[in-house]
Amino acid sequence: MPITLLILIPLLPLIGFMINGIGFRHIPKGAVGLIGSLAALGSFAASVAVLFAFKEAGSQPMIVSLFDWIKVGELNIPFSFQIDQLSLLMLMIITGVGSLIHIYSIGYMKHDPGVGKFFSFLNLFLFFMLLLVLGSNYVIMFIGWEGVGLCSYLLIGFWNKNTDFNNAARKAFIMNRIGDLGFLLGIFTIIHAFGTVEYTEVFRQATGLPVGDHVVFAITMLLFVGAMGKSAQIPLYTWLPDAMAGPTPVSALIHAATMVTAGIYMVIRSNVLYTLAPETLEMVAIVGAVTALFAASIGILQNDIKKVLAYSTVSQLGYMFLGLGVMAYSASMFHVITHAFFKALLFLGAGSVIHAMSDEQDIRFMGGLRKKLPITFITFAVATWAIAGLPPFAGFFSKDEILAHAFEHNKLLWGIGVLGSAMTSFYMFRLLFLTFFGSFRGTQEQEHHLHESPASMTIPLMILAVLSAVGGFIGVPEALGGTHQLAEFMSPLFDAARQVNPEAFAATALSHSEEFTLMGVSVGVALIAAVVAYVMYISKSAVPAPESETRTGVENVVYHKYYIDELYDTVFVKPMKTLSVLLVSFGEFFIDLFVEGTGKLVKGLANLGRQTQTGSIGYYVFAMVVGIMVVLFWNLLLK
Amino acid sequence: MLTILLILIPLAAGLLTFFLGGSKAKQIALVGALAELGTAVFVWTQFNPAAGVQFGFNYDWIPTAGVSFGASIDGISMLLVLLTTFLVPLIVLSGFGHNYENPAAFYALILFMESALVGVFTTTDAFLFYLFFEAALIPIYFLAAVWGGENRLQVTFKFFVYTIFGSLFMLVALVYLYYQTPGAHSSAITAFYDLQLAPAAQGWVFWAFFIAFAIKMPLFPFHTWQPDTYTESPTPATMLLAGIMLKMGIYGLIRLLLPITPLALNEWGAVAIVLSVIGIVYGSIIAIQQRDMKRLVAYSSFAHVGLMAAGVFSTTLNGMQGALIQMLAHGINVVGMFFIIDIIFSRTNTRYLDHLGGITQKSPRLSVYFMVMLLGSVALPLTSGFVGEFLLLAGVFEYNNWLGAIAGLTIILSAVYLLRMFQKAMFGTTSDFTEHFKELTISERAVLIPLTIMVFWIGIYPSTFLEMTEPTVNQLLRFIHN
Amino acid sequence: MQEPSIPDIIQLIPLKSYLILSTALFVIGILGVLIRRNAIVIFMSVELMLNSVNLMLIAFSSYKSDPSAQVFVFFIMAVAAAEVAVGLAIIVMIYRNTRTIDIGFLNKLKG
Repeated sequence: MPITLLILIPLLPLIGFMINGIGFRHIPKGAVGLIGSLAALGSFAASVAVLFAFKEAGSQPMIVSLFDWIKVGELNIPFSFQIDQLSLLMLMIITGVGSLIHIYSIGYMKHDPGVGKFFSFLNLFLFFMLLLVLGSNYVIMFIGWEGVGLCSYLLIGFWNKNTDFNNAARKAFIMNRIGDLGFLLGIFTIIHAFGTVEYTEVFRQATGLPVGDHVVFAITMLLFVGAMGKSAQIPLYTWLPDAMAGPTPVSALIHAATMVTAGIYMVIRSNVLYTLAPETLEMVAIVGAVTALFAASIGILQNDIKKVLAYSTVSQLGYMFLGLGVMAYSASMFHVITHAFFKALLFLGAGSVIHAMSDEQDIRFMGGLRKKLPITFITFAVATWAIAGLPPFAGFFSKDEILAHAFEHNKLLWGIGVLGSAMTSFYMFRLLFLTFFGSFRGTQEQEHHLHESPASMTIPLMILAVLSAVGGFIGVPEALGGTHQLAEFMSPLFDAARQVNPEAFAATALSHSEEFTLMGVSVGVALIAAVVAYVMYISKSAVPAPESETRTGVENVVYHKYYIDELYDTVFVKPMKTLSVLLVSFGEFFIDLFVEGTGKLVKGLANLGRQTQTGSIGYYVFAMVVGIMVVLFWNLLLK
Repeated sequence: MLTILLILIPLAAGLLTFFLGGSKAKQIALVGALAELGTAVFVWTQFNPAAGVQFGFNYDWIPTAGVSFGASIDGISMLLVLLTTFLVPLIVLSGFGHNYENPAAFYALILFMESALVGVFTTTDAFLFYLFFEAALIPIYFLAAVWGGENRLQVTFKFFVYTIFGSLFMLVALVYLYYQTPGAHSSAITAFYDLQLAPAAQGWVFWAFFIAFAIKMPLFPFHTWQPDTYTESPTPATMLLAGIMLKMGIYGLIRLLLPITPLALNEWGAVAIVLSVIGIVYGSIIAIQQRDMKRLVAYSSFAHVGLMAAGVFSTTLNGMQGALIQMLAHGINVVGMFFIIDIIFSRTNTRYLDHLGGITQKSPRLSVYFMVMLLGSVALPLTSGFVGEFLLLAGVFEYNNWLGAIAGLTIILSAVYLLRMFQKAMFGTTSDFTEHFKELTISERAVLIPLTIMVFWIGIYPSTFLEMTEPTVNQLLRFIHN
Repeated sequence: MQEPSIPDIIQLIPLKSYLILSTALFVIGILGVLIRRNAIVIFMSVELMLNSVNLMLIAFSSYKSDPSAQVFVFFIMAVAAAEVAVGLAIIVMIYRNTRTIDIGFLNKLKG
């Protein structure tokens, strides 16, 4: 495999970043988007070439070492890349979807004065994301892991005059950092246990350990904390909805298609370790299922088009973790892929709507857009259909596979999953109906400006729509007469895990008829939810209540996102600030009291001493005489 | 011979600046500092990490007392000499934007300081070590007391007494050690290494050294001089203090405390490491609510130093190597940080975050450099801070998992306070203070560009420096653990 | 009849009386220094103390027929003369500067 080609994959976006970043004032605006997009496309082309080369070479994983990065004693952390099925799949998503979003951004950001900055950050993000998936050890993954967090920060706060946006950006970075600490501690435990951070070496040593090993449990839990932060799982999810402050292409690329799936990538990458730690997997499954349901329920009452999609992302990520928790690794990866297609499409579609609506994001002021934005409407509808899990679009296959595995593992988790699936279908169709059907509810001026987006924006939409429609066919299950090419392709990744825990990988115990029933149930509830949405928002043409209306009971709690942000604020943020003030006013005060006390003591003693220095000659003479007398008395009489 | 040259060049340049400087003082000082940098780089090219102590120089200064004027360079010295000689020209250059009164004295003092610092980092004699250690205090005292802010006299007095107080403990310990050396006594540091004192004696020598160096760094709870002094000093002095001088404390730990009192370290190391870790969290939390940028960075520096000390006390290879590379990285980051604050202050006359905002619209360049320094400080991978913090935390984690986890809070908290500072200063809408903010000048960029290059160099290819120090550190650790 | 020598004359009076007189003069001198505030008087008291010592030295010298004590007396007289020269000059200067020679006002050394 040509190594230069492999290096080009992350290098091209880096070069793009440098050109647009360093020359940000000198490059004409028209060229900026072109440079950025070409960097992404070039990277995509290189990825495709590497994929073919990989298949030609017999699908053997390979490691390319560039240089020794950190080398201390026995510990050697090389800067090296690993190419295998998993990294290739991620490469395809990142560079493929990434390129489309870059092209889309040319149109979307055309009028923004900071377009050069935007493209350079976008390229930088690609660079770090590619490092994340290409690295051959945990520390290189960590570079990418933190790097994408930085880009996320920079892009959420892209319009940095707005303090709310800046706060959202900061919140995202800090919450990610909390997860990153877990990840870092996980790495340290790995170093401690295995003496290396190279995947191949760690996994080779791990296969010798028994299932349920304590150290592996600690490692997997700590790494999972990192995944919770990056992939917005309970309790570290609140940053993702706020992250919608960034430009919409950013939401599509970073906060839907790629960065937030890094946690899933990490777990699949470490599948050997996770397979060895069933308790952690249990935890992963529970967190995933609860997040899926919880976020979906919040999504039902949101009125900001991007916020709905954001909660939907959190919820879908929950499904992926649910899949990981029940050891359906390849199913989760499948969902990562399909989700990348339809969620990117949804966000870009939302971007197209926002673009047309002159930056209005509230669906209460939209409606009837399907006539003015036909392409956006059709592609958005395809994506909605796909995310709702209705056949034959992509979401159906991937979500169903996860739910089937969950059913096998634990009926309760499956139940939660199906319930969440119904909610998903409901809020997505609600969004679709409120936005594109009915009559227009915005201002006259907005109506006047309504227009379909330019070709640079609609072409990516169409491509993604096609992918959302047919993307599921790479993983058609046997029950439906397919061969599940994806699972087959990924299978070598799990060889080691299969070896350490064969039972867990036993062939499915479900009969085809059971599988059909499960599919029927999930498609059924999704359809019912869609119909309910239709009845509510089209037949009755209901519109969500305006902000001012008082809500009661459960509705109020859900509308305010269960007051989680407020809770965190009271439990963590405010006490921390108070503590900070306290430490300044008391901690520093007491330490200084001691220090200055010493000074004061010396001063006090000196003050006592200076009392004797009256300056009066008579006093001195008297003291002298008394002194002499004492000496005489002592010498003559007492000796 | 080269080593002695390294000590003498800045001294000579300082004298030259003082007596012949006049209006050309800054230029002469800059040339002198660059000559010193050139010499240091030359030494570096000749330096062979595997060969241990090199470029030795020894002159029997007071033969009857066993005191000799000895200096030499090993991996650790090389690193710190490079740090010092790299930073001083930039510190001199950072003064170009100001018109300090009596520039000849101002720049001469900076150069005298450099001479003393290089002396501390290279000397092989404990007597000389003490001499240089104290000599470094004099220029910085005058820099702060003459050119400082409003409360300078009170603050510098506190600083001076504080550090002198600590040094006295060191002096007592050194004198004690001197009298323990066999035969006609010797004050060579290596003679002290061979003493192998009784545990009880090691105990108090340990604490005497600890107090001296803990005040210098500073460690919790000996730090209360630091925020005031950093805030009141003129920026070049703050840079010297934070960038180089506090490394004297860590260097002292590595050079004197660890090898002389290994037994006491087994007994008391835990206390020291816990104090260091407390300092990390304590400093970070205080930094969260600071309003004055200089104070904020002072507390952040205090927190970072705690981590370095914890790494040293862990006496693991990771911790030590991390501490060494972090000394370099921290020196660069903190100097960059203070310089950026100085740039903002010189244009707006305020350092209060509430007064600032929107600078990024006025000076995108500044925001880029600021971001780079900030990323270095929050230890983002591929920037300077990461390698050090990664190794340090790994070292502390190896020593004790829970302490490692608590120390790890620094990566969260540093993001909290530094991003807050960045956001308040750079983002948002412009205020009355920042409305007419000017873009960076050439001389300002001349300071920031080398710093930026170093931030990425250390982050991307740290082997340059890790390899330099590793043999020395290995040797030291073997000595301690036997 | 031969003229009686000075030591003989001195010895006409018992040694005890000299000691008493000398001690009395010395104590008067001390009290003068301690109590009086006028610099000139203090000065005179100091002289008185010196002379009381001289008196005692002479008395012992006569009784012991040892001349070395008289050397001391001359020495003391020389020193006293020098002291007067310098001391009076200082007092005059003080007077010129402060218009007083009351030592109660001379407390510039107060710490």
